[in-house]
Amino acid sequence: MSAQSATVKPAARSLHWRRFVRRTLPGAISYTLLTLVGIAFFVPFLWLVITSLKPMSQVFTYPLTWVPHPIMWSNYPDALTHPGFPFLRLLGNSLQYSVLSTIGVTVASAMAAYAFARIPFRGRSILFAATLATMMIPGVVTMVPTYLIFKWLGWIGSYKPLIIPSFGGGAFYIFMLRQFMMTLPWDLSDAARVDGASEAHILLRIMLPLMKPALLVVVLFNFMGCWNDFMGPVIYLNNTDLFPLSLGLFAFLGRSERKWNLLMAAAMVITVPMVTIFFLAQRQFIEGITMTGLKG
Amino acid sequence: MTTIARPRGRPRGPWSRLPKQLRTDVVGYLFLLPWILSILIFTLYPTLASFYFSLTKYNVIQPPRFIGFTNYVTMFTRDPRLLTSVYNSLYYTVLSVPLGMLSSLALAVLLNAQVRGIGIFRTIYYLPSLVPPVAGTLLWMLIMDPRQGLLNTVLRFLGLPAPGWFADANWSKPALLIMSMWGIGSATLIFLASLKEVPHELIEASLIDGASAWRRFWRITMPMISPVVLFNLVMSFLGSFQVFTAAFVAGSGGSDLSGGASGTAGGPLQSMLMYMVYLYAQAFRYFQMGYASAMAVVLFIVIMLLTLAIFRSSGRWVYYEGGMR
Repeated sequence: MSAQSATVKPAARSLHWRRFVRRTLPGAISYTLLTLVGIAFFVPFLWLVITSLKPMSQVFTYPLTWVPHPIMWSNYPDALTHPGFPFLRLLGNSLQYSVLSTIGVTVASAMAAYAFARIPFRGRSILFAATLATMMIPGVVTMVPTYLIFKWLGWIGSYKPLIIPSFGGGAFYIFMLRQFMMTLPWDLSDAARVDGASEAHILLRIMLPLMKPALLVVVLFNFMGCWNDFMGPVIYLNNTDLFPLSLGLFAFLGRSERKWNLLMAAAMVITVPMVTIFFLAQRQFIEGITMTGLKG
Repeated sequence: MTTIARPRGRPRGPWSRLPKQLRTDVVGYLFLLPWILSILIFTLYPTLASFYFSLTKYNVIQPPRFIGFTNYVTMFTRDPRLLTSVYNSLYYTVLSVPLGMLSSLALAVLLNAQVRGIGIFRTIYYLPSLVPPVAGTLLWMLIMDPRQGLLNTVLRFLGLPAPGWFADANWSKPALLIMSMWGIGSATLIFLASLKEVPHELIEASLIDGASAWRRFWRITMPMISPVVLFNLVMSFLGSFQVFTAAFVAGSGGSDLSGGASGTAGGPLQSMLMYMVYLYAQAFRYFQMGYASAMAVVLFIVIMLLTLAIFRSSGRWVYYEGGMR
């Protein structure tokens, strides 16, 4: 040790330096990058909030106006009562679409997933393979003939083409619920089966309570999917009285005389429910998103 | 065993006299009835029908008339708007897929390395994905206003050129690209979750062996997350080829829906006329169901071939723990 004491100082310095290069520096660089990108991601969102609270005279200014003065809370009632944005009707339509479709898709998907996971009927593996195969078929190739089916049924200009198909279930939801059910213990359902319980009873009374987190993901994803859906309504709904919020907001763009503050207030109103749902169920939500990638 | 298995208090009707496997089959198919109907009516029939309709002229009012491959010939020889839409969609896909993949992976790696405050960053990156597409597109139309929008004001302040974005045929597709970059949050979360699954023992072993971070990433992390890279790659291709809402809304220039062809006009010089938007116009504005079906079939074949190519090549770069699944 004593022989090395002469070199201790420079060695210590280089040790500090090495620790700085190996530990502190990468951390600092990645923090800086994360923050810069974070700002780039957050500022547009902030601009949405700020603009929705501005008087129209401050929407386009140089230099930029970051704090509206006065803060125009009245933009919100103004946007929601604007004749170009019949909010209550749009909201009612969106809720009808989202709620009914979500009920249908959740029930049908849970039933199908249960059959795939727990009922050893013949042809199960072929049908499950077919289910996975339907996920590979892009929506574009079924669009025109599906429209023609609904045209033939006389359902164009109503929500039926958007809601009824949900009652068949969704391939991705079935797959996800089935994967989840495969991880659940068999003992409880076996015991119930021995006691003579029917499959429907086992699904409703034993499996469903255990599946709450996975079902919540289905409910959230489908609700948000319907709420945000634009292409479906634009194809099937031709009457402005039937528009959901997404289409109503688009129509408002043409009828607002470019009042961007009111447009952004309306945009906020349809965004806030999505953000709220996310924060209320953040854990399940993130698990659902990551499940799509990991199990796929 | 036999004594326990008898159902309690249930009369032994004809149902229970059926063979057990048959009863299981009946129950199984009853549970699957809605889904089987859905596959038949909303997937199998429409897919086959698309191929048939693509060989017909069909305007909904008169019955479909068989015309062979005329629609396909028209597409590639007599329809300049179709070629424009192919070019636009290719331009968008070729740039948005690699850009989106690289940026979301890079963000995920950064988020994975940095533990403190990860929750806040994760939320900030994901927040834009929660904004409904129509609302997000309107917001970017405001931000990218050529004269006084937020973006151009900042660009001018920095002494950079301030393009016309959605109002300029050369800049409308880059504008759509920037918008799509704003929504890479969910791909980032998927990558992040896969990075967290990489076994610690492998990382530690490589640290002991003195591997550099760069080498560690390519030799350990990448192989371990390659199935997720494959998944995100396929999803991102599908999404880009079928981009609709953003191009439709931004391309409408804000004209009223009742204006008829609004949204399908495709912006300045049809620079935002994406393949899906044009297909929509042919089917639901001009009611050329045969022609639209031919377009759908072509897109379907292209998507299938590409997906197949990605999967075929994946044998060389995707690593499945414990062999192929």
